[in-house]
Amino acid sequence: MGKLKCECGHFNPTGTILCEACGKPIEGNQHLDGNDKKKLLNMRYDGSARRSITHNQSIIDKIWRFFSSVKVGVWLIVIALVASALGTIFPQEMYIPPNAPSRDPAIYYEAQYGILGKIYYQLGLHNVYSSWWYMLILALLGVSLVICSIDRFVPLYRALKMQKPKRHESFISRQRFYSKTDHISDEEIQQVVKRLQAKKYKIKSEDGHYFAEKGRFSRWGPYVNHIGLIIILLAALLRQTSFMYLDEYVWVREGELTVIPGTKNEFFIENKQFIIETYDENDERFKEALERTGGEVVKNYQTDVVIYRAKDSVVDSDTTLEKVVEGEIRMNHPLKFASYTLYQSGFQSNEFTSMSFKLYEINDADEQAIDVFTVDLMDPLPEYELDNGFRVELDQYFPDYILDDEGPRSETMYPRNPAFVFKVFPPDQEKPEISFLSIGQNIDATGENNYKLGLVDFNTHYVSGLTVRRDYTLPLFGLGAAIFMIGVIQGMYWQHRRVWLHRKGESLLLAAHTNKNWFGLKKDITEAIEDTKINMVIDQEELN
Amino acid sequence: MGNLATVSTIMLYTAFALYSIATVIFGVTIKDKDKRSKKSLSGIIAISVTIIGFIAQLSYFITRWIAAGHPPLSNLFEFMTFLGMSIVLAFIILYFIYRVNVLGLFALPIALIIIAYAMMFPTEISPLVASLRSPWLFFHVSTVSLAQGVLGISFVTGLIYLIKKVDQTNKSKKTRWLEVIIYILFIFIGFIVSTMSFKLANYEATFEFPVDGRTSTITYQLPAIAGPENGQLITEGAMDSWFDTPKWFQGQDAPRKLNTLIWSLITGTILYVLARLILRKRIGAAIQPALKNVNLDLLDEITYRSIAIGFPLFTLGGLIFAAIWAQIAWDRFWGWDPKEVWALITWFFYAAFLHLRLSRGWHGEQSAWLAVIGFAIIMFNLIVVNLVLAGLHSYA
Amino acid sequence: MNLDDIRKKKKTRIKKRFIFRTSILAILVAAIIFALVTNLTKDKTIYRVGDHAPDFRLEQINKYHQLETIQLSDTHGKGVMLNFWATYCEPCEKEMPYMEKLYADYQEKGIEILAVNLGEAKLTVDRFIDKHQLTFPVLHDRKGQVTDLYKIGPMPTTYFIDPEGKIVEKVEGALTLDRLEGYFMEILPKDYEVSSK
Repeated sequence: MGKLKCECGHFNPTGTILCEACGKPIEGNQHLDGNDKKKLLNMRYDGSARRSITHNQSIIDKIWRFFSSVKVGVWLIVIALVASALGTIFPQEMYIPPNAPSRDPAIYYEAQYGILGKIYYQLGLHNVYSSWWYMLILALLGVSLVICSIDRFVPLYRALKMQKPKRHESFISRQRFYSKTDHISDEEIQQVVKRLQAKKYKIKSEDGHYFAEKGRFSRWGPYVNHIGLIIILLAALLRQTSFMYLDEYVWVREGELTVIPGTKNEFFIENKQFIIETYDENDERFKEALERTGGEVVKNYQTDVVIYRAKDSVVDSDTTLEKVVEGEIRMNHPLKFASYTLYQSGFQSNEFTSMSFKLYEINDADEQAIDVFTVDLMDPLPEYELDNGFRVELDQYFPDYILDDEGPRSETMYPRNPAFVFKVFPPDQEKPEISFLSIGQNIDATGENNYKLGLVDFNTHYVSGLTVRRDYTLPLFGLGAAIFMIGVIQGMYWQHRRVWLHRKGESLLLAAHTNKNWFGLKKDITEAIEDTKINMVIDQEELN
Repeated sequence: MGNLATVSTIMLYTAFALYSIATVIFGVTIKDKDKRSKKSLSGIIAISVTIIGFIAQLSYFITRWIAAGHPPLSNLFEFMTFLGMSIVLAFIILYFIYRVNVLGLFALPIALIIIAYAMMFPTEISPLVASLRSPWLFFHVSTVSLAQGVLGISFVTGLIYLIKKVDQTNKSKKTRWLEVIIYILFIFIGFIVSTMSFKLANYEATFEFPVDGRTSTITYQLPAIAGPENGQLITEGAMDSWFDTPKWFQGQDAPRKLNTLIWSLITGTILYVLARLILRKRIGAAIQPALKNVNLDLLDEITYRSIAIGFPLFTLGGLIFAAIWAQIAWDRFWGWDPKEVWALITWFFYAAFLHLRLSRGWHGEQSAWLAVIGFAIIMFNLIVVNLVLAGLHSYA
Repeated sequence: MNLDDIRKKKKTRIKKRFIFRTSILAILVAAIIFALVTNLTKDKTIYRVGDHAPDFRLEQINKYHQLETIQLSDTHGKGVMLNFWATYCEPCEKEMPYMEKLYADYQEKGIEILAVNLGEAKLTVDRFIDKHQLTFPVLHDRKGQVTDLYKIGPMPTTYFIDPEGKIVEKVEGALTLDRLEGYFMEILPKDYEVSSK
């Protein structure tokens, strides 16, 4: 079986349904598109030969053919849709609330949702969007996208390029819009053609047959938008690599200077201050709403920062830093520097900066301070010299104190719940007095102390949580999205309209086709044939 | 400022009244013998009233924006009223393309239900939380809403198509599903009726209940059927709850939401049963004769057209603008938040619709069913995802 | 056209088509495998066993040790145990006595211990050193630089670096005395002279 020669003289590729040139249905191929026994022609892809419809199939051809089916594509969409929906029944692992009794997914889902939660977890639905099979569905969708597009674009392009003004009569009469009028003069036909031309139709003629066409480029819309989608999938693929995409998180205390993780020790950040602004409770506009919810509404979270760059190439604790930028990071207003972006994404307000203590005599009813000293909780001193010859030694310091089986210890290095063992050396005493202080506790170890320490003041600071991002794939995603939008608008907001004026002796066969908006096409034809004797086309589909 | 907010509220009620009037006039047009509805006087009056209503609602939107200092798209009330407005706008545009009066008869009530539904939520102007303070609030939300409004029209035409097309002489799967869709619309009406009645009666019942060792209170505006777990009624004279809300209903307001759902179901069902008893046939069968003059082909065309217009808009607003904003505000353009996932599901669904229609020839009735399901997915995303699958988007 | 020509043409066409389709499918399959593999083996560590240990210089804060700063590259020729720890980390505390015990013996055989503290208050570190009588260098990573450089997750994490500066082993969690000595044997320089620093 070679190429198929049509009676008009055109050679068509194997599998062609309607001759590329004249549109005559090719005998023996009509079953391919279900045109058998139907009055109207199926104009999908203009009856061109889809590349996958071939004989002598190898394995590759079979795989190709499988993925080239729109049916398979739609099934993949449906599967992706269902899988996506399943993942929203219970929250995904990353959205387990931070205050949950247990954030371990193995415990959380069963504790929270009972047996259904347990099944959900065991099926792996708690992390469905990064599971291998979900990614595989999306990947197969991508494959289907590529192959469907290749398989259809070339033949459709050929068919639309090869089409001749003179079509086979059976092609004309089997269009959805069709009419036949006897005794029509050339002048009348000319008039219609002129009107169509005025409506921006492109006119071609051959042997007294006319063909008017408009908006063919909208037929390429689907292929353009599929290219956009392929670019997006490609971007997603590249995003998996650490070079293209960096995602880090850093907590910075007010006043602290620290390295920005992921920047290879090149950049440092200093947190000048962290600000939380709330709405004024007395604001007339929002009074009612604020009264109802009874809470404060936060207007702004902000960190004022300075970014530095290390001058040395070696990672060095004494490296010289030069200021790169000073600025603020707010919600909805990230800070960009070099190729990195910093986002305001969290804060903690549970840390103490410093605590001040006074020393007084245990018997003093007025608790008159002998002296007051302040302990910097991020970097405490070992000793504090006080007035009147008193000396206080900080023997033990637990920034985040807890008491467990093995005695007192610290849970973290951050001063969230500071506790101290002080040794007080009065001027007249050899042996120090030992005091243990923590929040809510003030213990005299021996019960023989003459002096007591008491908390008089403290300062706190915020810790700001910032996300560090570098994403070189964003422009690619943007490009893909833009191409997709262009393609989808091109395909959806424009229509491909074609009108054939076929001369048959004295009479005129009028037929028309469009890929969408038949209503608009009908309007075009009505206006074009106005004041002529030409019969209005009849919608042969007759859905009613 | 207070004055402007009042003007805004009045404008919204005006729009609501005008839409209702327009619906009635569109109802009259259906009896027109003249098939070319273009020339029917009642049709012209109806669309004019609709347009005036739309202008009134637009004034509501603008005045509220000025009063609040931010676009009124920040909570469920504001968003749903905007959706109602989008449906009306989409209807007006499509009306001028196709001149189908029956579209108004169905589209306006849908818009009315949505606006009435919106008004059952807290309506006062609230301050904008930090994460929403961005110009993208307007671009993202208004585009999505517009898209959903246009897609809403495809639901309306799909529904009309089905009511006319489905054979009502015999009971079948199709008649049953059609009744299910109509029944769901009744549940929305049930929600509005029950909430409205108890609101007018100023009903309140407060419960105390333990949360993590502390005592919390919850106030019901409807008599409590489902109460909070281990709750104690403290309002005198109010009805005590019949049972405790199961604890896998998440969130602090879960018992109240469940209670509201129960009330909507009960009221909706009563209304539906009453309607059936009065009509003595399926609701679909009762409406069908009124659609004698409707052209099915044209409806199919409008269904497809509105999806063709709505799909790119939805992609732009619901996915692309959403991604841009998420990138700016939350440092990632995509995070698998339930709302995002359901936007993707909506997109997948309409993509499947287009492929089925273009490549597999799903026209007419199949298209109509899909259009109805598509809008159901949108409403699911707006209501269930916001109220039940609480995620980053639960601003209501 | 004669029949043979047509047949020949068709054959080359089929062959071309086969090559085209095979290559497209191959690219797609490669992309899928890449996606799945990178997704399933998400690993943040940049430096693995066999890599050269990246250099750094930090402040030394053990008052029983004479140096004020230490640079990793200065230890070239010695085997290095690079230990990341904190005072509040109990397993870290458990392995410290073993480290101290072996340090006394192996220092002369050419092994250096660098214990990088995660930037705690100096006082806390000081008290800890006193408590356990540590003599090996303790480095203070105040700005989190080295912790980020080595992408440290859980503590303690220990790298064993051979005299050439190559990472021989990475261990997460506490070590026993035997295991520690075993790793020391792996990084022990072959012919180390006491005099050579």
